[in-house]
Amino acid sequence: MDHIDFQQLKSGEVNLGTSIMAVQFADGVVIGADSRTTTGSYIANRVTDKLTHVHDRVYCCRSGSAADTQAVADIVHYYLQLYSQSSGAPPPVHTAASLFQKLCYENKDALSAGIIVAGWDKEIGPSVYNIPLGGGLFRQPWAIGGSGSTYVYGYCDATYQEGWGRDETINFVKNTLALAMSRDGSSGGVIRMCVITEGGVERLFVPGNELPKFWQGTEVLSPVKGKAVPEPQVVPMTVE
Amino acid sequence: MTSIGTGYDLSASTYSPDGRIFQVEYANKAVENSGTAIGLKVKDGVVLAVEKLVHSKLLVPGANRRIQTVDRHIGLATAGLPADGRTVASRARDEAANFRDVYRSPPTLKTVADRLGHFVQMYTLYSSVRPFGISTILGAVDKDGPALYVIEPSGVFFGYHGAAVGKGRQLAKTELEKLKLSELTAREAVIEAARIIYLVHEDAKEKEFELEMSWIGPETNNQHVAVPQDLFNEAEAKAREALVSGLE
Repeated sequence: MDHIDFQQLKSGEVNLGTSIMAVQFADGVVIGADSRTTTGSYIANRVTDKLTHVHDRVYCCRSGSAADTQAVADIVHYYLQLYSQSSGAPPPVHTAASLFQKLCYENKDALSAGIIVAGWDKEIGPSVYNIPLGGGLFRQPWAIGGSGSTYVYGYCDATYQEGWGRDETINFVKNTLALAMSRDGSSGGVIRMCVITEGGVERLFVPGNELPKFWQGTEVLSPVKGKAVPEPQVVPMTVE
Repeated sequence: MTSIGTGYDLSASTYSPDGRIFQVEYANKAVENSGTAIGLKVKDGVVLAVEKLVHSKLLVPGANRRIQTVDRHIGLATAGLPADGRTVASRARDEAANFRDVYRSPPTLKTVADRLGHFVQMYTLYSSVRPFGISTILGAVDKDGPALYVIEPSGVFFGYHGAAVGKGRQLAKTELEKLKLSELTAREAVIEAARIIYLVHEDAKEKEFELEMSWIGPETNNQHVAVPQDLFNEAEAKAREALVSGLE
């Protein structure tokens, strides 16, 4: 084998060409995702929920193949139920992330899955783990993923600060996802978010017509002050 | 026990008419004949101590250890058949390693005790095997703090503040009950553990014994290791002292 060939999607396979994100703050984590699922250029689902429950206080954000990531999340969900039943306590986020990592690494040739695991546990508090394509495991204060994330790394680096509260963190996630969705053709629809704290999981929803707006490009076409713009001399085409 | 000659004591897979498994009860007898093993769960750690009876002067000191390490933070002491102790310790290591493999974190002692309890219980069900002739004391400091469990030949296990198995368990238990275990440090508990082992050893019946001690606590970075030589010597000296002053 002279090169590692990451499995491309099969023709017709459902893809989560996605924008996903998770950010930790003092009391918990905020996770978020767009809602677009595509098969090629067709939007198979425009209101997808990519924020997937794996335990009471542990969720994952899924990107890559919808089928692969659903299957992996189901297996981890099973293991975490087993863990909490036999140990009598909810699993730490690190345990959940390790299970994802194990499955993603050991089956890396067959899977196309980029997953962010986030949640709250008794030992550590809030934490975010990134598991990119090859099956690595990285703890991060914030993580972005999916095709849309490539457009917003600079925005995140320039904007993120430590010590934010709940509302600031929600705004950061919402703005980042809106920017990613506006540039990435494979992302779009609505924004779904979850705030996971010790007390519970709160779901938030931003409809497609209420997404945060940034530069719209309207002023480019308006005339420059003091300069007359000549009317284009267009001769209508004759139609028979 | 009116079991002799009734035929119900030949197999672990057969109940007696009054609902007992005689093979399991015989396994308990094997434990009762063994040198004492004790475990102390204290404020900040766990101490294990064993009275290892030395049957021959030809044995190398430190041979046939009865305290073994299961995981970095888990120790195990057995009373009963030494070979069975090694089998159970080996299985305990496998279970701990398996947990680490699957969940990528150190196992809690409760988890290991649970799995080991299942393992031991399997040997009470079939006519082709005999139950383990050991009681196992498990000690650890895990994410929930210090923990101490005892697994019996039947496979049942309980959590304890202080545990004693083997020949001198009755006297050891009364001594353990006198201690304020939740207020002691691991270092103080080492002294007490040595004293109890020396106290329960019956000089008249058994000639020689070797004291074996290990601990887990802040001074060992919560890892299971043998008690360091200087502390061991101090504890042993104080144990001899207490024995002499107790006799007067």
